[in-house]
Amino acid sequence: MADIQVHQVRKSYGKTEVVHGVDLAVATGEFIVILGPSGCGKSTLLRMIAGLESVTAGEISIAGRVVNDLEPHERGCAMVFQNYALYPHMTVAENIGYALKVAGLPKADRLAKVASVAASVGLTEFLDRRPGQLSGGQRQRVAMARAIIREPAVFLFDEPLSNLDAKLRVQMRHEIRRIHNQIKATSVFVTHDQAEGMTLADRLVVMNKGVIEQIGTPEDIYHHPASVYVAGFIGSPAMNFLSGQISAQHHAVILANDARIDIPAALAAQHDGALTQIGLRPEALTLVPAGQGQITATFDFAEETGPAKLYHFRFEDLTISVLSPEKHDLQHGQPMAIKAQPDAVHLFTAETGKRLTAHDVARERVPA
Amino acid sequence: MRRAYFKNNWVAGLMVAPQLIIVFTFFYFPTSQALYWAFTLEQPWGGGNTWVGFDNFRTILEDPYYWSSIWVSVVYAVGSTVLAVGMALTLAIFADRQLAGYKLYKVGMIWPYAIAAPAVGLAFRFIFTPGAGIMMFVNQLFPHLWNPVDDGNQAMAMVIVAGAWKQVAYNFIFFLAGLQSIPRSLIEAGAMDGARVLRRMRDIQLPLLAPTFFFVLVINITDSFTDSFGIVDTMTAGGPSRATNLMVYKIFNDGFQGLDYSGAAAQSIILMLLVIALTFVQFRYIERKVHYT
Repeated sequence: MADIQVHQVRKSYGKTEVVHGVDLAVATGEFIVILGPSGCGKSTLLRMIAGLESVTAGEISIAGRVVNDLEPHERGCAMVFQNYALYPHMTVAENIGYALKVAGLPKADRLAKVASVAASVGLTEFLDRRPGQLSGGQRQRVAMARAIIREPAVFLFDEPLSNLDAKLRVQMRHEIRRIHNQIKATSVFVTHDQAEGMTLADRLVVMNKGVIEQIGTPEDIYHHPASVYVAGFIGSPAMNFLSGQISAQHHAVILANDARIDIPAALAAQHDGALTQIGLRPEALTLVPAGQGQITATFDFAEETGPAKLYHFRFEDLTISVLSPEKHDLQHGQPMAIKAQPDAVHLFTAETGKRLTAHDVARERVPA
Repeated sequence: MRRAYFKNNWVAGLMVAPQLIIVFTFFYFPTSQALYWAFTLEQPWGGGNTWVGFDNFRTILEDPYYWSSIWVSVVYAVGSTVLAVGMALTLAIFADRQLAGYKLYKVGMIWPYAIAAPAVGLAFRFIFTPGAGIMMFVNQLFPHLWNPVDDGNQAMAMVIVAGAWKQVAYNFIFFLAGLQSIPRSLIEAGAMDGARVLRRMRDIQLPLLAPTFFFVLVINITDSFTDSFGIVDTMTAGGPSRATNLMVYKIFNDGFQGLDYSGAAAQSIILMLLVIALTFVQFRYIERKVHYT
């Protein structure tokens, strides 16, 4: 068992820096998911932890030992690759047992261990096959088994589910979580799929353009996104953003057309007159009878999602989407009143996109 | 792969005609002529050929010089192939590590293949001549050590080195391409599994290179039997004492120097059958062991 400490880690290729000083502490046995769009540096960070990429600056330590200059296999990590990276010329059993063979374990012990690990991931009947004769899900299992058999202190996943179809992806997600609960290895899982991130993670790390935007539990990140970026990235359907100005007098954000969205009085008082980006989740908006709403927008079209329906409206030149379990029979171009739940309103500064909170402002005001 | 379909057969025919004409002119026609020569004997002062059946073949196969020529050819084939494949593989493995300047190196490596065989032979003749250059220096240190004009084994070694040098470039390109087509993540998975550079090479890279290896092997062996004429002709002319008298050189010698067209034609038929048989054996018994999926 091992914790991972990442301290001010940077990575450059030539003159281009792709990871800009990342700090991350992963506790022993924790399941961390690094979430971000492609090219945000998440895979590079993972590969630096694995030892497949050199660290340009900063320090990575595993179980209290600085590993910057250690070979991959000396770090006690096992990794599951995006394309599985199975050895095509070896059978499933040979693939799973290769690490033990390299380590020089006697053949009988090796085979016994391969058999037991293969059984735990349901591969017993396939041990004599080659990877080319397996389905995507089975290959995924072989890749998992190959990592499990080394009994690693740290388990690294580099988008391991992205090559699977949607149904299998959910199934493998559950399996990964089940295996994690069993072996309790410290795990770092990289993905661009927020559903994987939200469901798998003990703590979620949201990365963008080589920096960490926010670290927190999935719940925390969903309810208190630290920036416009995180707010827009997490949550499906995506959050609506509108620009406005905070008014202490009305304890509200004044939008175009004099539409107002109520916000807590304390927050309004501290930021009177500030330009803001207001974030509203589709599921935190409701459609109300005319006159009771805060925003009046014209109906555009609706999407059926099953349990609820997603209604799209035009407001000025922006789109507002509302997720509603109730049935509304709307005509294109019809004006509709929309109301936001006051406790589910997210405010961000217009300049930096950082979250506005009463707490932060109170702290800022102390020196003054 | 993109395919073209033709509605008219004659358009398709027209398209493949240049290639067919070349193949007919330079392969099927000469081969049929050789077959004709091999089974006939020209009369002493001209005036038509007499059918002699397998007499020409019988004469050749009873000739100890011919058997020695076969042996010499096999030695050359094995020697030059092992050397050329081994060197090329080693160089490709280093180039695959992508050290600084490897692209320049890659381009430089292909050039020897563009040099005509007689030119290679001539260059190596200068390099290996005992009377000048590096070999004179060696002979000064160890008197009478090196003299390929006198020593058949040394002559053979010299021809093998020259032949292999030319072939290394070609093999290198294929090996490098083969190595680079192995997904990087497999090597990384090997590294995560604890295998070091040499172990990864043995367990992962070389097995996955097997199809390339097979292809290169077939080309090299075939080439060493049929394409070695230029080097032998410029370096040793088959000597000393027939020590480097390869089958293909003996055909030239008997046919064009000794004017025994029928004997030479029979030899070339045997050589052709030998190469066909070798290629067949390689495809039949080796190829099936090198593909996985």
